[in-house]
Amino acid sequence: MAAENIKHAFFCAVITLIIAYPILGLNLIPSGAVVSLEGADGSTIAAIIAAAVVVFLFQLFRDSLMARLGFLSRVNPLSGREPMPQHKRARLESWLLTGIIVLALFWPFFVSRGSVDLATLVLIYIMLALGLNVVVGLAGLLDLGYVAFYAVGAYTFALLSQYTGISFWMSLPIGACLAALFGLVLGFPVLRLRGDYLAIVTLGFGEIIRILLNNWTHLTGGPNGIGGIPEPTLFGMEFGRRIKEEGNTSFHETLGIAYASEHKVIFLYLIALVLAVITGLIIRRFMRMPVGRAWEALREDEIAARSLGLSRTAVKLSAFTIGAFFAGFAGTVFASKQGFISPESFVFLESAIVLAIVVLGGMGSQIGVILAAIAVTILPELAREFSDYRMLVFGAAMVLMMVWRPQGLLPMRRIHIELGKQG
Amino acid sequence: MQDLLYFFQQLINGLTIGSTYALIAIGYTMVYGIIGMINFAHGEIYMIGAYTALIAITGLATLGITWLPIVLLVALICAVIVSSSMGWAVERVAYRPVRGRHRLIPLISAIGMSIFLQNYVHLAQGSRNIGFPALIEGGFQLGSEDTFPLSISYIQITIFITTLICMTALSTFIARSRTGRACRAVSQDLGMASLLGIDTNRIISATFVIGAALAAVAGLLLGMYYGSVDPLFGFIAGLKAFTAAVLGGIGSIPGAMLGGLILGVAESMTSGYLSGEYKDVVAFSLLILILLFKPTGLLGKPEVEKI
Repeated sequence: MAAENIKHAFFCAVITLIIAYPILGLNLIPSGAVVSLEGADGSTIAAIIAAAVVVFLFQLFRDSLMARLGFLSRVNPLSGREPMPQHKRARLESWLLTGIIVLALFWPFFVSRGSVDLATLVLIYIMLALGLNVVVGLAGLLDLGYVAFYAVGAYTFALLSQYTGISFWMSLPIGACLAALFGLVLGFPVLRLRGDYLAIVTLGFGEIIRILLNNWTHLTGGPNGIGGIPEPTLFGMEFGRRIKEEGNTSFHETLGIAYASEHKVIFLYLIALVLAVITGLIIRRFMRMPVGRAWEALREDEIAARSLGLSRTAVKLSAFTIGAFFAGFAGTVFASKQGFISPESFVFLESAIVLAIVVLGGMGSQIGVILAAIAVTILPELAREFSDYRMLVFGAAMVLMMVWRPQGLLPMRRIHIELGKQG
Repeated sequence: MQDLLYFFQQLINGLTIGSTYALIAIGYTMVYGIIGMINFAHGEIYMIGAYTALIAITGLATLGITWLPIVLLVALICAVIVSSSMGWAVERVAYRPVRGRHRLIPLISAIGMSIFLQNYVHLAQGSRNIGFPALIEGGFQLGSEDTFPLSISYIQITIFITTLICMTALSTFIARSRTGRACRAVSQDLGMASLLGIDTNRIISATFVIGAALAAVAGLLLGMYYGSVDPLFGFIAGLKAFTAAVLGGIGSIPGAMLGGLILGVAESMTSGYLSGEYKDVVAFSLLILILLFKPTGLLGKPEVEKI
């Protein structure tokens, strides 16, 4: 037994060295057409050796370590606790959410412009993640091309404003509905595919949309993108120093205050906040409606759900379309925030980030997804040196979550109503 | 005549690319055939194979060894060893703990692994595209210079021959060897095979190692053919190879070869007659159409849904 263990541990350590040393320890240095090879510095080599030693020791003492860790999880203080009663928990949650929203309403007036800008981005990601949560978390359809619908929303607004001069407010429903239409049209044929095939087809679709945007140069500007996308207005009031469009007034003159560039940023943030709250509320309603329960039923057991009379296509299609709708929503806000869009913003990586948010937050759980969106967007900004490692950490986190906690950090609780005690 | 030569040129280019797709597709199809999951990180294994080969070639050049057969052999062996170890480790770390759970869980784990590996190479070797030396240069031409000459380069011939050797070796291995027989048994019925005393964990690991080794061969060949590598090199190639596997019927090894060749030819015809920009669109559209109308692919067996 012990000899076997040592052999296995040694084997694992050697594998660690083989996969780490050539890629980490030897660096290719291109200079012009010639490539030269350079050994990494001592600390990297030391780290590689240390990793191999750790793997060796871990594999050697794996059984006893696992036994001890298993003991630890059994004495977890939270596991034995009585769960909070449903109505209490629901009330606590709604108070908490109201508090956060009120705080979020007043917060931008006291902080720097940069943080408000970042917060707007966080809100856009929250909208995207809430939308994807319907598709992946509730309906259990893995959509890897979600960013395509985001792109449809953003490009709809950009093109409409460029060719017809339509405003943000007109474009918001149009963009979202067009994205939903795309979702419907794509979803109709593909939703009968099994889970993993569906994932690949949506990924292919996302890539096709991106390639088309990149090459349809006379319409979309190709890789150069579209610029000069107008900002939203408030009842015909513009937030720029000068009025760009006939018939509009300017915000600072109407209110008789001095012009400040912060107004525009804060206004955009507030729009994003309101839209994110609307997104969250609408999806929350959907979750309690029959269609929301049907999503979950179909996710849990397709055969049982179908034999109870649920139409597979209709239920899946509704989830897909609603998810696409909110992606279009988020896309319009994004286009307006950036003022410039190009296919660069709609690569697969973006889909992967939104998916990572949903997976980390807990599939199906709204609060979990919101917190994960905040963490995933803000952490790389807080620690600049961390931002290089961002995707590395996301990838590792996705694997670890699937291995240890596939239900996510804050798993979803089914909403149900308890009958009040009689008498 | 000229049109015909142009057509044959596209055909040859397509078959070259297609045969490397077939090599990568083997990895997808074998894994899917056995445990029914899409190994999303396979494209990254292939990319790591290409990087390792380049590192080995550069290392040998620094040492002053330039005799071509030695360089190729060493690069091939290094790439195969590193990629296979990577394939083994990925299965062990990311797939084995989630095996048998809901279908989407291994897939998400695989996507995470793919992102992780891409960024691992990105951080270690930089995001720049690095030139891959063209070790095998030259070729021969058919037809006169003033019309359209049909040219076949030696690297294209090398790619054909290597793919042919690998495929023959793999088929023989699967058909004749003890492990190959066990592989077939496990892919037919994992539970039953395990009851009959086959170490299924070992067979699944072997599948990942074989797939990764073939991907590493493809990495070396395509690196030389394209002349450069970068960390995103594996992503699109992996998707294409997956398309090839699905096209031929996922789970079927001859299907992967056929699918690879068809996809390669379809792509090269698109770039030859329409525009190079749209060759990816054609590949993905082909994937979507196949999945919609014939999800079992050309040579796959229909899957019966049991209740």
